[in-house]
Amino acid sequence: MIFLEKTLAVATKYGYMFVDGIFYTLLLSAITVFFGTIMGSLLSMLRMSRFSVVRFIATAYIEIIRGTPLLLQLYLFYFLLPDLLPFLDDKFLCICIALVLNSAAYISEIVRAGIQAVDRGQAEAARSLGMSGVQNMLRIILPQAVRNILPALCNEFIMVIKETSLASTFFIGDIMSQYKKIQGLTYLVIEPLLIAGIIYFMLTFSLSKVVAAFERRLKTSD
Amino acid sequence: MTDQPMIYVEDLYKGFGTLKVLKGITEHVNKGEVVSIIGPSGSGKSTFLRCLNLLEEPDSGKVFFEGVEITAKGVNINVHRQRMGMVFQLFNIFPHLSVIENISIAPTMLKGIPKAQSKKAAELLLERVGLQDKRNEHPSKLSGGQKQRLAIIRALAMEPDVMLFDEPTSALDPEMVGEVLDVIKSLVSEGMTSVIVTHEMGFAREISDRVLFMDEGMIAEQGPPQALFGDPQNQRTKEFLSKVLY
Repeated sequence: MIFLEKTLAVATKYGYMFVDGIFYTLLLSAITVFFGTIMGSLLSMLRMSRFSVVRFIATAYIEIIRGTPLLLQLYLFYFLLPDLLPFLDDKFLCICIALVLNSAAYISEIVRAGIQAVDRGQAEAARSLGMSGVQNMLRIILPQAVRNILPALCNEFIMVIKETSLASTFFIGDIMSQYKKIQGLTYLVIEPLLIAGIIYFMLTFSLSKVVAAFERRLKTSD
Repeated sequence: MTDQPMIYVEDLYKGFGTLKVLKGITEHVNKGEVVSIIGPSGSGKSTFLRCLNLLEEPDSGKVFFEGVEITAKGVNINVHRQRMGMVFQLFNIFPHLSVIENISIAPTMLKGIPKAQSKKAAELLLERVGLQDKRNEHPSKLSGGQKQRLAIIRALAMEPDVMLFDEPTSALDPEMVGEVLDVIKSLVSEGMTSVIVTHEMGFAREISDRVLFMDEGMIAEQGPPQALFGDPQNQRTKEFLSKVLY
């Protein structure tokens, strides 16, 4: 009972810090997925390019990003970027860039799969009418691919919410960073951790319910 | 040059990997002519048809359309495809567009025709095939036969000079074959140049000016339908027809 009481006490006293943490976690995730989607879409186009050199570069990038730990990438960009580009000395920005570059690789595969799931006949019909490759992509293929891509993209958002916790290594203000601060202030390890866990779970669980409802709607409007 | 063929194909070869599908085809289609292509499956009928608008790129050989070699380097094929309508076995209706948008999208996008005007033209086409009630429907609500009729007028909306039909009734339930064939028939009776890959022998016999029998990547025999169906000369043609006509 003492344990529960302590947890409640931490929650009331330091709740505002967790609220800050939620804000930063969601902000970081939204930035990551937003720019990751833009970059990932471009990357998927390169991955499907006619030119084998372009294809190779895109594939190499995707494989390297997916084949190395995110934590390593965060370290690398955190220390490397300000060295290379002195104007990039904002640690939040460096972490954002690292997260975007990472999630772009995953999102590009989501986009590619979504595009390739559109029936080949669609492109053939569009091209037979005289549409160019670009017109076909923008007006026929992508609008259909979006239906395949959106649910997976929402799931990626949920994944990123959890992954941003790694950024707490650099005290970026997210939920886990706040946890560490509160731990330092209170000398309590388990109680604030429990609160952080509950917050993460509520965020991801409610979002995945939203995604599921959204997917059902996409299906019924078919 | 009024007597120049609408489509002229010279020594066409096409393979997929080690499989040789077309082995040297030279053929022509005249303006106003209705040509049916029959033959066993795997004989290269569809591949040949798809080479005519370069949906399939031939390995070698030339394709001329209205006097222009479309297989030549630097030719903008999109311009020529606008004048070659194509109808597919599996309809390939755009599922994210309404029925009327399926028809109007290409003329609006490619010919710069104002939306209101191309929708008006689309309505006339819908009326023509008896789908005017479906104009705002979602294509998923249509039957197979309705989808294929829609696919035909989608191609017609570009006002093509020739129509290519790739087994237009093969994916239909038997009771819907007739309604699609009727639309093709009415087109043909108006003088639309058509190339039709089909398994409907009775239909081919009735509407064609000329029938090509393809076998193993070559045109084994060709001639007017009465001759080809009534008195086939080639042994392979005889075997094929004896199997499909009973």
